Amino acid sequence: MTKLLQWLLGVSLVLTAWALVSFDLLELSLPPAYREMAWPMPLYLLVSFGCYSLATVGYRVATFNDCVDAAKELQVQIKEAKADLRKKGLKM
Amino acid sequence: MHTPANPVCLVLCEHEADQRREDKYSVLLPTYNERENLPLIVWLLVKYFNESGYNYEIIIIDDGSPDGTLEVAEQLQKIYGSNKILLRPREKKLGLGTAYIHGMKHASGNFVIIMDADLSHHPKFIPEFIEKQKEGDYDLVSGTRYRGNGGVYGWDLRRKLISRGANFLSQVLLRPGASDLTGSFRLYKKHVLESLVERCVSKGYVFQMEMIVRARQLNYTVGEVPISFVDRVYGESKLGGNEIVSFVKGLLTLFATT
Repeated sequence: MTKLLQWLLGVSLVLTAWALVSFDLLELSLPPAYREMAWPMPLYLLVSFGCYSLATVGYRVATFNDCVDAAKELQVQIKEAKADLRKKGLKM
Repeated sequence: MHTPANPVCLVLCEHEADQRREDKYSVLLPTYNERENLPLIVWLLVKYFNESGYNYEIIIIDDGSPDGTLEVAEQLQKIYGSNKILLRPREKKLGLGTAYIHGMKHASGNFVIIMDADLSHHPKFIPEFIEKQKEGDYDLVSGTRYRGNGGVYGWDLRRKLISRGANFLSQVLLRPGASDLTGSFRLYKKHVLESLVERCVSKGYVFQMEMIVRARQLNYTVGEVPISFVDRVYGESKLGGNEIVSFVKGLLTLFATT
């Protein structure tokens, strides 16, 4: 099953459950409080997923390592390499 | 012949030494206009392979660079020997996937390491890749900029934001079981790379992502090693609108087809 199908399956399951409760499709005569709670749920889910995404990406950008030492080390090694390669007869 | 004090240890140690002797690592270096960088990356590769004692060869696949990369490569071959440096040039610039196929045909190692020749990937991590691979007998080991001590150098906030955002989106959509999807510093068992490359059709950044997504699909095991990515020292590195659009297209294609 492709990821797209997995997503469609997941989303349709959630939507079905949501529709059953908020429109009382099975005529379970659920208390009205349930229905009132259920109907804005998809929006809540979307908004909280959005917040989660923003927070995660923001946190990861802020904590992205800057490898300053790695860059310095590389510069030193480049000088070393050039000197050694010249000694070995490389024309650059 | 004398009897050793502890035969079990001797046998085990010999076995280990045999493994070490048998394993060979073929480094594939696709190049295009890397005259400045190629001698440096080769020098570093030789240095770290000699220090760690693993058996290796470096296969340079130059796609007809007009800047004379191939002449430099020939000089390097004279210096380090034609058993260590193999030249497999091609006439003109072709895709990365075909470069790997082309290089692999001539690879005599049972492991293949792919990396960029522009010094953004440092050969000092290769011994860590090899140890990681041995630790879990992984089918592939991927360098990651996004975990542990991994990171980048030379990226501004915009670049970091795009990178993290694209990675997050790909993780959510594809759940690939690896943290760095677009990284191109990886070690593969040779037969694993062969079976992946023949399945992968994408270009550019998406190619690396497709490789790791297909690996998950085929139930290959993936190990990860944090790496520092130092953005191009010589030459230009670009991330423009075109790259982003083709990345999103590729991501959606993978989303719908894998």
